[in-house]
Amino acid sequence: MKKLINAVGDVVPDTLRGMAAAHPSLRVDVENRIVLRASGPTPGKVGLVSGGGSGHEPLHAGFVGYGMLDAACPGEVFTSPVPDQMIEATKAVDGGAGVLHIVKNYTGDVLNFEMAAELCAEEGARVVSVLVDDDVAVQDSTYTAGRRGTGATLFVEKMAGALAEQGAPLEAVAAMARTVDDRSRSFGVAFSAGTVPAAGKPTFDLGPTEIELGIGIHGEPGRSRERFREARDLVRLAMDAIDADLPFSGDVLVMVNGMGATPLMELYVAYGEADAYLREKGATATRCLVGNYVTSLDMAGFSITTCLLDAELTSLWDHPVETPGLRWGR
Amino acid sequence: MDTAFFLRWITIVTERVRADRDHLTDLDRAIGDADHGANLDRGFTAVEEALAAKPPETPADVLTTTGTTLIRRVGGASGPLYGTLFRTLGRSVGDVAEVSHEALAEAFAQALAAVMKLGSAQEGDKTMIDALAPAVQGMRTSLDAAAQAAGDGARATTAMRARKGRASYLGERSIGHQDPGATSMALVVDALRAA
Repeated sequence: MKKLINAVGDVVPDTLRGMAAAHPSLRVDVENRIVLRASGPTPGKVGLVSGGGSGHEPLHAGFVGYGMLDAACPGEVFTSPVPDQMIEATKAVDGGAGVLHIVKNYTGDVLNFEMAAELCAEEGARVVSVLVDDDVAVQDSTYTAGRRGTGATLFVEKMAGALAEQGAPLEAVAAMARTVDDRSRSFGVAFSAGTVPAAGKPTFDLGPTEIELGIGIHGEPGRSRERFREARDLVRLAMDAIDADLPFSGDVLVMVNGMGATPLMELYVAYGEADAYLREKGATATRCLVGNYVTSLDMAGFSITTCLLDAELTSLWDHPVETPGLRWGR
Repeated sequence: MDTAFFLRWITIVTERVRADRDHLTDLDRAIGDADHGANLDRGFTAVEEALAAKPPETPADVLTTTGTTLIRRVGGASGPLYGTLFRTLGRSVGDVAEVSHEALAEAFAQALAAVMKLGSAQEGDKTMIDALAPAVQGMRTSLDAAAQAAGDGARATTAMRARKGRASYLGERSIGHQDPGATSMALVVDALRAA
């Protein structure tokens, strides 16, 4: 295993120390593993807290800042954080207007955030939780833990964050978060698995001509294993899966996301194909992101996340944002 | 069964989790995300420290400290699930110096119900419940029967299709792999008869 790390057990704290050194806009509590805005809670603004396993950077800590999150709670690699982290983060960001927990639908994240929300409520805090579950690769939610939360988490954090910044109350911010999740879908493809430092070897093995379809973001294998093919076909496969679930129409926000080890060059190849696909369907990619935003360590591959926009969502997307991982308009 | 018995139990679990760490992680690598052994090892190491820092005075103390520490230190699904198991055991045995076999069997039945509710899992979903539920039945007879049933239950998960947790995303492809959560649960129950 070749990894740019010091010791396996120090990966998460070392990452946090580096983020603290690189971004004075963040206040990083390395010991308790909480990342906050250095500016402190904004009086009268709904606080946004998210969190999840580490290894998905820049998600979530890289999205703490003006226009997005107020706090992020990073867990161990691919392991959800613990309730103490969410409780401390919730207290730290409560500006008097309540706190929204943005939770990706993975069993561990859900259980730990539930425990935290209950304890916060017992102490008198106003907390509303919103689940993100955008992954269309999970088909039969009766027989699974339900659709996973993946790329749409970024959309939810961005648009709910913008609305909170504009002073909307907790119920409205939570409703917006749910709306964004409802209108968003994702599909991911892996070319090779990532390596969890503590495991020392790839999470699954793929042959030179194999790909894994319908992956999540924790290195877990996906829906099926198929033969490798050209970008045009792979993008079509992902877009078809999304379109079959929530047909494309009108203005669409498209994120072509790298899983960690895919060159930006290739992501642009994929974006060109996604843009063409939408035109074919009579829809338009009016906003986009191309890059590594919701990663899975050093997994090679990509995911596509789309959101059906309207005027309000577009304006929330365009609202200024200033975080280590996403910044414009300010 | 007194405080020393429950401390021995937790010590044996801690040692065996450490010894089986890579095996549990490999099972999780096949159908999950390759961290089950590492997470439990981190959790029980923290439990060992917590119990040493403030020596417990009753069986319930041992169990509650174990559960709370797991919730605070493990993360993932196994932190809240194992944490709830031990906290429910502690609450159920109550403030006594000696726990009878019947009281322990009843505590395990309550813990099973609590863990099933938290994880909304049933028997046959390919989870830790598939080792814990048979163990609760076996415990009505003896700790040996409980350990035997838990081990059989864990092995039986190999043929199951996962319906809960991260392995559920694999659908049919989860068949043929023993569930890491059921495996660690069998380890926890088996340690009781060695305590």
